[in-house]
Amino acid sequence: MSAPERVLLIACGALAREVRALLAQPGFAHLDLVCLPASLHNRPERIPDAVRARIREARGRYRRIYLLYGDCGTGGALDRVLAEEGVERIAGPHCYAFYEGLETFAARAAAEPACFYLTDFLVRQFDTLVVRGLGLDRHPELLPVYFGNYRKLVHLAQTDDAVLQAEGRRAAQRLGLEYEYRFTGYGDLAAFVERAARRGEDGTADPGVLAGHTGPGDRPRRP
Amino acid sequence: MSDGGEELDLRELDDGELVRQIQDDLYDGLQEEVAEGVEILLERGWEPYRVLTEALVEGMRIVGVDFRDGILFVPEVLLAANAMKGGMAILRPLLAETGAPTVGKMVIGTVKGDIHDIGKNLVSMMMEGAGFEVIDIGINCDVDKYLAALEEHRPEILGMSALLTTTMPYMKVVIDTMIERGIRDDYIVLVGGAPLNEAFAEAIGADAYCRDASVAVETAKSLIARHHNRLVAARA
Repeated sequence: MSAPERVLLIACGALAREVRALLAQPGFAHLDLVCLPASLHNRPERIPDAVRARIREARGRYRRIYLLYGDCGTGGALDRVLAEEGVERIAGPHCYAFYEGLETFAARAAAEPACFYLTDFLVRQFDTLVVRGLGLDRHPELLPVYFGNYRKLVHLAQTDDAVLQAEGRRAAQRLGLEYEYRFTGYGDLAAFVERAARRGEDGTADPGVLAGHTGPGDRPRRP
Repeated sequence: MSDGGEELDLRELDDGELVRQIQDDLYDGLQEEVAEGVEILLERGWEPYRVLTEALVEGMRIVGVDFRDGILFVPEVLLAANAMKGGMAILRPLLAETGAPTVGKMVIGTVKGDIHDIGKNLVSMMMEGAGFEVIDIGINCDVDKYLAALEEHRPEILGMSALLTTTMPYMKVVIDTMIERGIRDDYIVLVGGAPLNEAFAEAIGADAYCRDASVAVETAKSLIARHHNRLVAARA
């Protein structure tokens, strides 16, 4: 397949394993994946520019580009960049929401606001991103500052993995929280990747067409 | 910023050195050392307000700048805030006794459905350091709680915080209720939180979006001056 026929997914590093698992299925061979470091979440204001740089780096080499990121605390700045660049992203404020489904997540979060969420990725990276990332290894006295208002750690699981469940439970104990396990699978992520792979093939709407797109004055045509 | 060398006797430092040392200790999150430095300045006859502004607030300003520039991260900022809290615990009653200037009063809380308060607490502390009286009504505040606090404390400023896209629309519920009751224009409404932006603040009818604690202080100072001018003009 020639390069312009290919589709690029730019994803948060926190989704890399899950997206790779999806792309390993038949029918996705024309999709490429590049990831930005998950550690960008510690400085969300840097996400929009990092995403823009990746889009511009890839422009012209792909038929379409899609972004696999939530708003992730950018306060809408990421969406403004995507509007300027003409790139579509998966809907939702963060990966917790699109794994569980936007409406379901919102309803449950409203009913139980005192929940702290971990995905499989975050369970695996708990020591690095939560314990060390928040400085709890050096300053355990910060634990109540960060987690004093939470009651429960909710493990939104993408895979049915007993080892990860045990690790999730240990993470909850470490933070002094109850543990709840919710299997979500890949949720809206799977549907979005499927749509990105198929879009335009049957002559339907193709808002992700980007070949030759150069900026705000050169938006992809929408039927 | 401390060099970790031999133990320093704060009492041996002159005033200028001590103020710089307190700022350093604040930067390093050393609560006990900050408290000790504050006590020494007070023993030397410094006015509480001068200790607050020259040692603590200036120290937190440096912390804020380094956080913005990516030199410090959230844990360090929280430790610095904790150290400032130690100094404020000593100064707060003295500031009240000595009639230190109060810039204005603010009621602040995290909106209904949201339990996040790290940003709100930082704003509260920085506002207090800047001379505001702050009434923190906590987390998960519904409209009744906000309005009751406004009624009880009669502040110039209402601050609302939210970390979630699902909870930030509640700010509009509060503002719309204030409009319905004819009290919206009696207050300056400031909003903040990670998913917000200026456009959102404008859309819901807030007076300003504050992207961090330092911005909140500067915005509050600027808007309260205008608020006072408007009240004076209305009375004339």
